[in-house]
Amino acid sequence: MVSALAQAAWDAAATVTDPELPVLTIADLGVLRDVHEDAGAVTVDITPTYSGCPAMSTIALEVELALARANIPGRVRLVLSPAWTTDWMTEHGRNKLRDYGIAPPGPTTSRRALFGEETVACPRCASTQTERLAEFGSTACKALWRCLACREPFDHFRCH
Amino acid sequence: MSAATSIRVQETPRVLFILRRADDALVLGHRLSEWCGRAPSPEEDIALANMGLDCLGQARSLYQHAASLEGGGHDEDALAYLRDAGQYRNLLMLELPRGDFAHTIVRQFLYAAFMDPWWHAMTASTDPTLAAIAAKAEKEVAYHLRHAAEWVIRLGDGTDESHRRAQDALDRLMPYAGEMFATPDEASMVAEGLCPDPETLRPAWDAALDDVLAQATLVRPATPWSQSGGRTGRHTEHLGPMLAEMQSLPRTHPGATW
Repeated sequence: MVSALAQAAWDAAATVTDPELPVLTIADLGVLRDVHEDAGAVTVDITPTYSGCPAMSTIALEVELALARANIPGRVRLVLSPAWTTDWMTEHGRNKLRDYGIAPPGPTTSRRALFGEETVACPRCASTQTERLAEFGSTACKALWRCLACREPFDHFRCH
Repeated sequence: MSAATSIRVQETPRVLFILRRADDALVLGHRLSEWCGRAPSPEEDIALANMGLDCLGQARSLYQHAASLEGGGHDEDALAYLRDAGQYRNLLMLELPRGDFAHTIVRQFLYAAFMDPWWHAMTASTDPTLAAIAAKAEKEVAYHLRHAAEWVIRLGDGTDESHRRAQDALDRLMPYAGEMFATPDEASMVAEGLCPDPETLRPAWDAALDDVLAQATLVRPATPWSQSGGRTGRHTEHLGPMLAEMQSLPRTHPGATW
């Protein structure tokens, strides 16, 4: 049974967006993990996407601000376990990402293959005739791809 | 304003074990960050900076854990910025200057081919914090290994010049690789289930090297001896200048914020 305060805190925190991916909220991403209430104050658990993700401190600050705006006393806690995975990204989040022009992550099952070939559909024309240009993109969580059908380059949110 | 002096760390066996891996990640992360704005292509500039960031993130988590176990009131910044070269416990291979692109890539490959199975094994560590850090790091290092392996093949099986440079890097770095398997005073950590015996990872490391070097048409040099000393604070002449640059700001302006 989630308390009304914890639910309100979750709702407030869930409005916070990723500074690098402004179309996605931290709830869409699966970065927002849990909210606990203890004696009228809440603890909001968030988990980093990557060990060195520079957006985490901004996200933590934004969550604190969201709680303050909702007049909810509380704090933010960074939890490492269980480790974040792109499998936690909601279907809603994946669709928003695709609409934004970023190919959403595939299943994590093929990740460990040293030279694993993944099929990534172009977020613009949906063609699967695509190729990877670079393993790393503009942020740690993305790779750079190109569509061979419509010739547009695009970001791919790497499975993790 | 006075300059900050070095701290003394109570190196219990477990604190020392963690500091060694934290120092590895920080030192390699710094060497990778030196490529920012200098890499041979924009994609590689971004890739090397991103991998450096992964290393810094891993180092930060490990330093935080070491600091809480040590209980000496030091935080992650103090451990990173207020220890001298002789107190650093990183592998010698990781502190060597970045060299040319081939040197950076071959080092990245030799290290990631070891760290990929190491972090994977660390997810089963009896220390829950280390297992949690490993659960993130093992995903990151899988990308580092794939990136480096692809480049080793491209350089080795590329032009005469890229082949020459890649083989030269391999010949220079292999004598340092053995230190990854040498773990002075860590038998008790293995016995407690805190970490794997690195010798159990050797078959996976050998297999990765044999596979990738064959595709790269590179020859694995015979390495009858291995450099060592980093784990006990005996370093090459390259670490001091690197730390001097990295530590100058927090030592000159202790606690500075902006």
